[in-house]
Amino acid sequence: MANYLLVESRDPFEYGDSSYFYQVAQDLAGAGNSVTFCLVQNGVIPARKGVKDSPVEKLIKDAPSVKVLADDFSLRERAISADKLVAGVSQASVDDLVDMLVTSGTKAIWH
Amino acid sequence: MTTSGSRTLTMALMDAPYETGTTTTVLRIVDAALRKGINVNVFAYEGAVSLTLKGQAAHPNPVKGTNAEDQDHPSSAKFISALFEKGQEAPKLDWVNCGLCVDERAAGDWIDGPRRGGPGDLLKWSNESTNTLVIGAH
Repeated sequence: MANYLLVESRDPFEYGDSSYFYQVAQDLAGAGNSVTFCLVQNGVIPARKGVKDSPVEKLIKDAPSVKVLADDFSLRERAISADKLVAGVSQASVDDLVDMLVTSGTKAIWH
Repeated sequence: MTTSGSRTLTMALMDAPYETGTTTTVLRIVDAALRKGINVNVFAYEGAVSLTLKGQAAHPNPVKGTNAEDQDHPSSAKFISALFEKGQEAPKLDWVNCGLCVDERAAGDWIDGPRRGGPGDLLKWSNESTNTLVIGAH
């Protein structure tokens, strides 16, 4: 089992290929890997409650072992407060992201 | 993999200044890593070689009615200069601008700190670092 850190910076309303990245997270988790899916920049937009066909909610439902995080700086920039986040998404700081990046053996992928 | 007990994070970045939020995120990551005592290597290629251009000028904001001094526009070069001050030795910030990309863009007049290199530096760093994060273009 490997430890994956997937960083999603893209808004799926803007980029069609985001859906593949969500699928990668789901498939990696399904194969028994430990997966953290960290939303940054416009990647945090679908973490807002009420988004139709939210890929974030789908990921949380279909791959509950995936840890979904959202960068607090990116959330503040986009006026998304903690109470506006879908259930299952936790806020993380850039310090948390760095800690994950320098955890030995972590495979980090940016999209 | 690390060559010593210290931790090192390598990042490859190709976004030109003032185009995407990725630049801000990367500089935040570099800042956080240095604050934590983690060495950082940055391989800037393609448009990212312009991040460290020395001549970046501040500008006024006519919407707010501020002049360049009041506006104190945060240029990428100023940000990176501050990171170099933070990462002088331990932890250390090493920054390579891809020479081919620099020559293509005539973008070789840098702030103090960056050095010229090539993909071989990224490979070497990757082999020696705790982790490597490669960020492609949007």
